[in-house]
Amino acid sequence: MALPLHATTGERIWHYTFLLICVLIFGFLIIPILIIFPLSFNAQPYFTFTPEMLALDPAGYTTKWYGEFFSSSTWQRAVRNSITIAIFSTLISTFLGTLAALGLSRKEFPYKTAIMGLLISPMVVPLIISAAGMFFFYSRLGLQGTHIGVILAHAALASPFVVITVTATLVGFDHSLTMAAASLGSSPTRTFFRITVPLITPGVISGALFAFITSFDEVVVVLFVGSVNQRTIPWAMFSGIREQISPTILAVATILIIFSIILLTMIEMLRRRNERMRGLSAA
Amino acid sequence: MAKKMSQSNTSSEPLKTADGVSLKVSLNRALRRRKITALLLVTPLFLFILLTFLGPIFDMLLRSVDNKIIVQVLPKTVSQLAVWDASTGELPDEAVFKAFVEDAKIAAENKTISRVGKRLNYEKSGMSSLFRKTGRKLKKFDPDKLEISYTDLVLGYDKKWAKHETWWLIQRESGKYTSSYYYAAVDAQIGVDGVQRKPDDQRIYMKLLKRTMWLSSLITLLTIVLGYPIAYLLATLKTRTSNLLMILVLLPFWTSLLVRTSAWIALLQREGVVNDFLVTLGFIGDDGRLAMIHNQVGTVVAMTHILLPFMILPLFSVMKTISPTYVRAARSMGATSFTAFRRVYFPNTVAGIGAGGILVFILAIGYYITPALVGGTSGTLLSNFIAYHISTSLNWGLAAALGTILLMVVLVLYILYDKIVGIDNMKLG
Repeated sequence: MALPLHATTGERIWHYTFLLICVLIFGFLIIPILIIFPLSFNAQPYFTFTPEMLALDPAGYTTKWYGEFFSSSTWQRAVRNSITIAIFSTLISTFLGTLAALGLSRKEFPYKTAIMGLLISPMVVPLIISAAGMFFFYSRLGLQGTHIGVILAHAALASPFVVITVTATLVGFDHSLTMAAASLGSSPTRTFFRITVPLITPGVISGALFAFITSFDEVVVVLFVGSVNQRTIPWAMFSGIREQISPTILAVATILIIFSIILLTMIEMLRRRNERMRGLSAA
Repeated sequence: MAKKMSQSNTSSEPLKTADGVSLKVSLNRALRRRKITALLLVTPLFLFILLTFLGPIFDMLLRSVDNKIIVQVLPKTVSQLAVWDASTGELPDEAVFKAFVEDAKIAAENKTISRVGKRLNYEKSGMSSLFRKTGRKLKKFDPDKLEISYTDLVLGYDKKWAKHETWWLIQRESGKYTSSYYYAAVDAQIGVDGVQRKPDDQRIYMKLLKRTMWLSSLITLLTIVLGYPIAYLLATLKTRTSNLLMILVLLPFWTSLLVRTSAWIALLQREGVVNDFLVTLGFIGDDGRLAMIHNQVGTVVAMTHILLPFMILPLFSVMKTISPTYVRAARSMGATSFTAFRRVYFPNTVAGIGAGGILVFILAIGYYITPALVGGTSGTLLSNFIAYHISTSLNWGLAAALGTILLMVVLVLYILYDKIVGIDNMKLG
């Protein structure tokens, strides 16, 4: 991207214009996220900067919205619901998704594209359609308005992410390693647990993180399949924005951003570790 | 054993394994076993998806044509009406009215009659109240004290029973399945003399579908325009710098949808950050604050922001594979940097634009949350109406029909995506 020494004036001008355009687009991407941090400390119950805030006057800032979040029983119940639902749906989707990925990545697998297409469909079908279908179907089964209903729904929505991530890990999988183990007399089970599992673990964990965040972030399906007892954080935010906007929502948003930064870092570290391990196994 | 071995080596007999089974058979058997293991590994997830996801989708498809209620609640009426020739323009005969009174009296007692009324009300307004009123009167009716004909009895309950159209409607909707929800979903209605388009002011859904398509296309175009330079920059920078800048793309990608939507509300509302900023700078007066939210502008801006990473990531992975030597070669042969870009670099990225474009379009067309929060009335999409019919108007058949239409559009795009990128090549983050 560096400008060559022989660049003409026109090229120089274009180069810097291009960089300026990129800075503006990056600004568009990131400013809405960053703006939430200071606004969540606003002493006034508005979604904007007050003159005191701009003057950096400490009186313009407060942490009371965070206090409200941590002391409100509605929010705390939403946190508990979100975590319970996300954990159980992650467990289900990770277990089933990893098994399926192991099967799908075998060369011998018949009708691979068609089955892969069906398994991935929960990710592609618009959420409102999944939500509508699940609402009708789960009401018939008596699962509408139960934790189990929401957990099953989220597990279905999250499983494609696990399948895709683990399959991607297995693409680079060196099958001569398992063959070597077999030729040295290891049983298939032993080979699986001693060779395959350690190699795919990073992929499985990042798949699980994807699944977790899918469930944790999901709101459309939970709105329809769940009832007030399954109210999750995104649901509480959704109705909060609709009914009475208070900066508590921005405080929650800030906490969620920090949470997603942590998850993002974890996934990135796993990806690097996975690449390193693949580099080792290929050598 | 030894004899067998030597035989197989010398003669033209097929090769055999130590157990004396032909090698071909044995290999085939091993292959079949591996196939079965592979299938067994996929089966649990497949069944799970079938039950928790594909079943519900199928249920929705069924519900969009389901019409059991009338034949269930008014079975005798339906079978009597089957022989009535509606084209004569005359009311049905006494037998139909008798059957109707019998059916409706039972239905009024089990309180199912209002459901028929509700069902028919989707086709013609006023039906709901007609059936409720008739049900109330029939409850008190005692067949033994009947002195007039059944026809006169029913006609006396409400003028609407004397209308040919009422009976024609019951006859039309007496099948187990109906296509009327789909007609409603494309703003058509079935009249006595065939299918017609609804009057102009009642055509909502086609307009809505058009708006959904148009806004989704606009958002897709905007993400291409904004995403292309960023992907290009990230793909051509040194890995260390580009990894760092990638965080600016991935952080919004990983941030909760509702967080980003509330951020845009904070930015765009009347008393919001952008308006305050513009007023402070003097671009607009305090009374001239721009309306950027609860309308189409809000929907487009917020959704472009939310979907932009979905464009940048596939574009970036395509651009990463384009060797810089291509452009250098073009330049060395005398192409200006613009020509080299237009004739060499850009054609190589078209697949990425296609992949990202379809992905963003598929996501945009089914968006619900963001338009519901920042779209107002002019910025709502088809999804919002599906949600409205599920939870507010309770016209589930119409919701299912609209959902099915949306699903078909998405499926076509999905197949297109598979043709361009391949589902197997889908990558995340």
